[in-house]
Amino acid sequence: MTSSESTDVLVIGSGFGGAITAYHLAAGGARVVVLERGPWLTGEDFQHDFKFGSSSTRIFDFVIGDGMSVLSGNCVGGGSVVYFAAMPRAPRFVFDRKGRFNRRMWPAAVSRDTLEPWYDRVAEALPVTQTAWDTVPFSGGLFGAACDHAGRTANAVPAAVDTSRCTNCNWMMSGCRFDAKRSLLLNYLPAALAHGAQIRPLHEVQHLSRTDDGGYRVHYTVLDDVDYRVEVGGGTIDAKIVVLAAGAGATPVILQRSEPTLGAMPHAVGRYFSGNGERLNTAIFDEDRIRDVLGLSRPDGVPYEAYQIGKGPCVATWDRLDGSLPEYERYSLEQLYFPPGFGTILTQVPDAVGPSWFGVEKKELLRRWQSWLTIFTMSEDDNEGVFGPPPSSGNSMRLSQQMLGRGSLRYEPTENTLRGWALSDAEVRDILERDGLARVMPWTNDVVGAYTVHPLASCRIGDDPATSALDDRHELRDHPGIFVTDGSAVPGGLTVNPAMTIAALAERAVPGIVEAARARGVDVRYGAPAPDGATSSRDAVLPLVSGARRR
Amino acid sequence: MPREIETEQARTMSLEAYADTILPGERRWPGDRAVAGVSRGGGAVASGALEVLRSAEGGMAPALDMLADGLNEHARAYAAESGIELDADVPPFVSLHYPDRVLLVQRLTDRANPECDAWISLAMFCTIAFDAGSHTSTVEALAAGHVGLTTMGFRAPDSDGLWRFDTYSYGRQLARPHPDTTPSGSPS
Repeated sequence: MTSSESTDVLVIGSGFGGAITAYHLAAGGARVVVLERGPWLTGEDFQHDFKFGSSSTRIFDFVIGDGMSVLSGNCVGGGSVVYFAAMPRAPRFVFDRKGRFNRRMWPAAVSRDTLEPWYDRVAEALPVTQTAWDTVPFSGGLFGAACDHAGRTANAVPAAVDTSRCTNCNWMMSGCRFDAKRSLLLNYLPAALAHGAQIRPLHEVQHLSRTDDGGYRVHYTVLDDVDYRVEVGGGTIDAKIVVLAAGAGATPVILQRSEPTLGAMPHAVGRYFSGNGERLNTAIFDEDRIRDVLGLSRPDGVPYEAYQIGKGPCVATWDRLDGSLPEYERYSLEQLYFPPGFGTILTQVPDAVGPSWFGVEKKELLRRWQSWLTIFTMSEDDNEGVFGPPPSSGNSMRLSQQMLGRGSLRYEPTENTLRGWALSDAEVRDILERDGLARVMPWTNDVVGAYTVHPLASCRIGDDPATSALDDRHELRDHPGIFVTDGSAVPGGLTVNPAMTIAALAERAVPGIVEAARARGVDVRYGAPAPDGATSSRDAVLPLVSGARRR
Repeated sequence: MPREIETEQARTMSLEAYADTILPGERRWPGDRAVAGVSRGGGAVASGALEVLRSAEGGMAPALDMLADGLNEHARAYAAESGIELDADVPPFVSLHYPDRVLLVQRLTDRANPECDAWISLAMFCTIAFDAGSHTSTVEALAAGHVGLTTMGFRAPDSDGLWRFDTYSYGRQLARPHPDTTPSGSPS
């Protein structure tokens, strides 16, 4: 006898990797419990407020590492609640990347072609739609016009946003008050609940151990709903299958902490972390030049002064997503908004005489904040991130009640990564400084190192056991029954926003998890429609997954 | 004046001077020593830096006395090294002129400094005070004319305290799409 609860499938984390698997497994007949470290907020809980303790700090984590800071969601719905909902598919060449070991990083079974039906499942479920130019905010329009002026192409980026509900408030990182952002709170998660899945917020998984019957015991603590540094309870749940989807900044930490009880982890757990090659530049525009050079004017006659207005990134240039270019020299550039707080401290003053990130000149720069435009580089880094020993609990030593912590990730960019960043910096300058439109400076890496909003690859899939922690079915090597389906499973930088690919990989992993559950005696089958009942993308994948459909 | 109050005031002045070095402002009154007065309009101090630093939520409060004392020790060493004579009427860091405060803060926040995490955190919270006013509700901060948000031109919300922008787009296609864009709108 045991005092531990039990379930068929225990899912750790409720972002894309957790919500998608939880839905399909629950819909297929499994008993599913989801443990989510963060709080559970919906609709009107999402505040337009920078005050400490409002949704902006409750649902967001900022973990400072050594050379790399990671921003991520910390709530039911995970990254989908705090992200900007840009959902491009990864370009074809990404799946052929070789990386630092000069061998294919991705499993042979995964390519853009084989992933396409799973991308389609996500696109139908959220849904993801193309962005029309007449809904592109001023900031995206400005970037598009500048690209065009410089002879570049620029695309309106596909997004999971219902533009009919969107107010262009740009508070997306605090959660969407108007249910315009198609987060997981509006599709997969309610559908999972409808099929009997349980979601328990503020339950932070610390480690796993084995049970006598070949399953796993999941050890969690319950966190105070205001001060996340305070534990108010704890317990264990036994499961036949564990789906680990705590995010690329947390999944490897849970596995590292589980080594004393589970045994040695694959070498790649906590290694090969990628920040998706991310880098930011801020342009400070000359309003007169916007009017004179680009011919842009708002209805009130002001050329721009609209950094605050919009819905995150809407326009990107994909000219450098060219598979014939050398690896590490391919990247996309995307117009972006960062709210005050995160979005100002690392911005540097062009031609600064004194310090570039603080001081008199920085304050003068802030007076022109509405004429700023942030440009986001997503490139091919070198998977150089390594996690140190895990902290005593969670994935960081929390400094503040919410949001801010100090983690164990170390990241020293290699020459390859630095070259990609330098090339993209030069490209941004070439586009935006042309004809005196703007002055551009990259964010400083001298304060908190580099940073990423798209942590990846810290527990990745692959065919090579030496450099991948998971097989091509997302099962943890040497630990059958543990699957990893979050961004940590992605092998490397994607050169575009990764949520669509993370979600597609999670969709693709589900039939394998179903088969593993069935082998462990769980009565579950694959074949659920999209959360709203749509069936076309489901019908397209059924021929690919016959093994998991048998009852 | 009791010694504890003097110590408390000295620490407050020192932290104010640090915040004012990060985002400077104009003097609050004639003879204001903590604020160096090198910038037009209010800075981090007038924006509420001390309130942000002392907030329970931020997590900096327990470390502030130590940081203020440490700042003054570093200022004393800096002054000795630079041949600067300190004014005994104010804490050592406050006694420094603005350019020297900047040089010392650059040294403290340099990533080669083993203590840099603490000094960078202090700078981050001072910045957050100015550009987000995180010790108070944003709607109330704007209504009260919060210095930082106002300086940045942060727009006000609708009457219900929520932001909506009815006019938000140039309303037309402004670039050619990449020729290899797929039917789903993604790169190929």
